[in-house]
Amino acid sequence: MTYRWDFTPLLDNWQALAMGAVGTLRLFAVCLVLGLGFGLVVALARRSRWRVARWVSIGFIEFFRNTPVLVQILWFYFALPMLVPVEITPFTAAILGISLNSAAYSAEIYRAGIQSIEPGQWEAARAIGMSGLQTLRRIVLPQALRRVLPALTNRGIEIFKMTTLASVVAYIELLHQGRLIASLNFNPLEVYSVIGALFFLFLYPLVRATYALERRLARSD
Amino acid sequence: MDTPLLRLAGLDKRFGDRAVFSGVDLDVKRGDRIAIIGASGSGKSTLLRCINFLERPDAGRVILNGEPVGTERQRAGVSEIRYDEGSLNRLRQRVGMVFQQFNLFPHMTALGNVMEGLLTVKHMARAQAGERAQAELARVGLADKAEAYPAHLSGGQKQRVAIARALAMEPEILLFDEPTSALDPALVGEVLDAIQALASEGRTMLLVTHEIGFAYHMATRVLFLAEGGIYEQGTPDEVLKAPRRPLTQAFIAGHRRFSF
Repeated sequence: MTYRWDFTPLLDNWQALAMGAVGTLRLFAVCLVLGLGFGLVVALARRSRWRVARWVSIGFIEFFRNTPVLVQILWFYFALPMLVPVEITPFTAAILGISLNSAAYSAEIYRAGIQSIEPGQWEAARAIGMSGLQTLRRIVLPQALRRVLPALTNRGIEIFKMTTLASVVAYIELLHQGRLIASLNFNPLEVYSVIGALFFLFLYPLVRATYALERRLARSD
Repeated sequence: MDTPLLRLAGLDKRFGDRAVFSGVDLDVKRGDRIAIIGASGSGKSTLLRCINFLERPDAGRVILNGEPVGTERQRAGVSEIRYDEGSLNRLRQRVGMVFQQFNLFPHMTALGNVMEGLLTVKHMARAQAGERAQAELARVGLADKAEAYPAHLSGGQKQRVAIARALAMEPEILLFDEPTSALDPALVGEVLDAIQALASEGRTMLLVTHEIGFAYHMATRVLFLAEGGIYEQGTPDEVLKAPRRPLTQAFIAGHRRFSF
């Protein structure tokens, strides 16, 4: 059996795909910032001197690490509005599910990075009169972030790919648009090949950029 | 009567059940250079680290310029001392420390290391801090290494940057915690020269060291730590040349075994 590849329906629907790409990138950008940003807050809370902050942080991490993102998105979209009178858009549900899950993962990455910094670094900073917060911000975090950059890159890639899960609540992103095109034109081979390729085309340059960042940060070695 | 620059009054430190030292009293006058010697585990470094509160003493007070550090308060009939972060940060600006392992900030250049405290603690303008830091580096003979990162410096150079970093804060007292113990023997000399230069400026310093010979030439007073406290003290001649008590005698004899 020979299959005749035909990309015309895809080209005809380029606008739909472009809309999907915009939706994917928008969701990725928000979840990347929220997920990695909030993850740092959670990591710092986990090593707080206040017990309640530690407990909340650990509870958060364990809850969101050990439940599937897909379930979280569905839960935020369908279940949460039944408990509290809020209207949840597909975008919001996807942001909540992906960001909170990523925050839980990245919190553990940050914690590992912070713990890997020698106690002597803290001591040297404290010994010249720097406060705990200054030490964290100026001395410990810059070194810790550099060490965990490869792990955070992994997290970023994962976030990008997790955006496809938002299609389950009909958020308009690449996979959602692809499925639509495929079901109308009966061409899943072309559509899913192109969708896969598009993800690669977006992600690969981003990953290269983080390599460049790693090299730049390695100046001091 | 002159108030001592630094006074330790009845300092106790325990790690778990083990008492490192107890009831340590010490007066340090301006210009004193005190060498602290003793066997490993005798609490030399811990005593030094209690002075700038990298370790919290379990009892006793550290008194700087007549002002006790921390505030005493009664709680359930027992008096305890509270140390708030602000007052400890202020104390640490006045008491500089140089570590055995240098502890330079690896992500900053030599100049950046020296500038850091000026920028964040003294809130100096960047240009002014840069000038100041450059002068401190020149003082320890490293003016040409300002832009080098610690990874590209030798151990002796790293330790001299660390000394410049401490000096930049204009401390009234300098603490040296075995500053040459992590160095190749060939690099010990340049660090000792830098410390000697500070000594000849009349700076107040406490030095924990295994370099008995250097202690002899540099110190105005020598403390020998053993049995959980200051076991013997006196001038370098008294303690190092003619120790009176048995543990000191054994320690000094051990150090002289291979001298030639």
